[in-house]
Amino acid sequence: MADFGSILLWVIFPYAMMLSFIFGTIVRFVWFRAGITAVSSEMLEKRKLMIGSLVFHVGIILAFFGHVLGILIPKSWTEFFGISNEMYHLFGSLMMGTGAGLLALAGMMILTYRRFTNARVFVTSSWTDLVVDVALLITIILGLASTLSGPLFPKFDYRETLSVWARQLFYLSPNWHLMSGVPVIYKLHVICGFLIFGFFPYTRLVHALTLPWQYIFRRYIVYRRKPKAD
Amino acid sequence: MEDEEHYRGGWELNSKGKLQLKAGNKLNKVGLGKIFYNPNMPELDDYYEPWTYDYQTLFGPEKKHQPVARAKSQITGQTMTLTTGPNWDDDLAGSPEYVKQDPNMDKIETDIKTNFEQAFMMYLPRLCEHCLNAPCVASCPSGAMYKRDEDGIVLVDQERCRGWRMCMTGCPYKKVYFNWKTNKAEKCTFCYPRIEEGEPTVCAETCVGRIRYIGVMLYDADRVESAAETPDQSKLYEAQLDLFLDPNDPKIIEQALADGISEEMIECAQRSPIYRMAVKEKIAFPLHPEYRTMPMVWYIPPLSPIMNYFEGRDSINNPDMIFPGIDEMRVPVDYLASLLTGGNVPAIKSALYKLAMMRLYMRAKTSGRDFETAKLARVGLTENTATSLYRLLAIAKYEDRFVIPKSHKEKVEDAQSEQGTLGYDECKGCSLAPQHGSMFKKAEAGESTNQIYAESFYGGIWRD
Repeated sequence: MADFGSILLWVIFPYAMMLSFIFGTIVRFVWFRAGITAVSSEMLEKRKLMIGSLVFHVGIILAFFGHVLGILIPKSWTEFFGISNEMYHLFGSLMMGTGAGLLALAGMMILTYRRFTNARVFVTSSWTDLVVDVALLITIILGLASTLSGPLFPKFDYRETLSVWARQLFYLSPNWHLMSGVPVIYKLHVICGFLIFGFFPYTRLVHALTLPWQYIFRRYIVYRRKPKAD
Repeated sequence: MEDEEHYRGGWELNSKGKLQLKAGNKLNKVGLGKIFYNPNMPELDDYYEPWTYDYQTLFGPEKKHQPVARAKSQITGQTMTLTTGPNWDDDLAGSPEYVKQDPNMDKIETDIKTNFEQAFMMYLPRLCEHCLNAPCVASCPSGAMYKRDEDGIVLVDQERCRGWRMCMTGCPYKKVYFNWKTNKAEKCTFCYPRIEEGEPTVCAETCVGRIRYIGVMLYDADRVESAAETPDQSKLYEAQLDLFLDPNDPKIIEQALADGISEEMIECAQRSPIYRMAVKEKIAFPLHPEYRTMPMVWYIPPLSPIMNYFEGRDSINNPDMIFPGIDEMRVPVDYLASLLTGGNVPAIKSALYKLAMMRLYMRAKTSGRDFETAKLARVGLTENTATSLYRLLAIAKYEDRFVIPKSHKEKVEDAQSEQGTLGYDECKGCSLAPQHGSMFKKAEAGESTNQIYAESFYGGIWRD
């Protein structure tokens, strides 16, 4: 029975969420492109947005790269470059991770407060906007708590368990036993994170997939012409 | 709202003399996080919060006190206190305050200000200018805004707009709007489905004063950037004039045909009322050329305050009076130059001389008085051109005002499948009428027309 629970949580659930992410993204970009927007409420409130949005976005982008580093890059690679385990955990994970997490948390708290207390912003929010806000806030708190709890579990090294499992998800052979020794707080963070992945494309979060990189390289004025008929 | 030093719309020249968006270059937009928060964007309160009145309380049961319809926000539905907003200046009410805030007044001498207040009122409709060097297009990170190659209309691709809002602040005329239902940018479409069919825009067609004109201008797109980089602000008007090509020049015609421009388009360019007014007669001017946008809605400066000034002073018998008359009216001329030519006063003056002289000539002609026609030459007119300019401006026949070629879409797409369509995709949420119009709601709820009529028409007023 315990096995079934583990399989459900660490195999079925992550894949379901990843499939939902892929499916939703395709549907959104192919059939509902016109609905993809950053859903700005700057028009309605500016001051709190300035601090909240800037701080949150900087924090969450740093946190994103931190996750890439911690999960996708195997321990052997960082060791190959002469980064010892202690150095990695102290500087990379604890210091930089906490910094990014605190930025994201501070930003998200301001943004959530703004969304729920500013009447103009609140009435123009859809229910998914509210769900996204709360979900992000909870996930960030759990993530930050996991990072800070690192020293409490000296024997636990997520790069030997959690990260390996996460990489195995991509090879389609996840070993769910690896998750059994992971502290609860990490587990909750992982579940919340996958949940956000699952509803990502159906909500305002989808704007993160439309980063306008091409702007930096394109010329200023864009001309378009109807294609000539043959 | 017009102060672009504050809202940072349009272009400026950077330290190397190169054209750059006033809001910052490309890297700064992405790199400095302006994409997460646009510091130049006006807030709702910079315009005003839309409201309606709580009419129902006026028609409730009898009460001891006179019922009052209180203002309710159309966004939050809460009772709100109304405060003044930029759309509130009705003519002379509060003008001294508004005049003080007008950034155009900073550019002209101070002693003129009070004079101006007494002298005249001027109304300036600001439209999307469909600029040659459109900063909204240049600001859009997603590449959703574009200028149509065929007719120069600037549009927002709703499929690609991601609501980054750079266009709203990038436009110095503030003519891109944010739809807070769809969370996308919207703007004037220049009624492109009509233009494609050779019909004028609705605003031009329905203009009661018949003062809107639409015509074709041929221009050299490759030289736009260098023209916009003209260092001297007051030379930008002439730099833009220089971009326009003479549609009667055989070389230009040959090149245009080689570039795939239709003969119909060239023929319309030759008869273009805009070419006549802007290039030949030089009586029309771009709005705020100093924004370096190369705008394409041009304005004829108003003559009325000037004519009032010296009309009735025997000006028909002595037309030379208009020269000192116009020169003396330094107020409107200075002011107009700061609006329309980036401070080029002589250009405005010569346009006003020309218009005033044409008017005097026609008055003398129709009232059977003598007029020394040699005076027309002094403002660059002949009897023929004065008469035809009068026809164009005062008689303003439909076919003279609108010379628009059809776009012949049937040559590039399957016209049959387009039959009976709007010419653009319908967009739910683009129009707010269905959400706010009580009649629509009632009709959707299944009420009959009679019921809606009985509920909406009472007290002699239609109440929607």
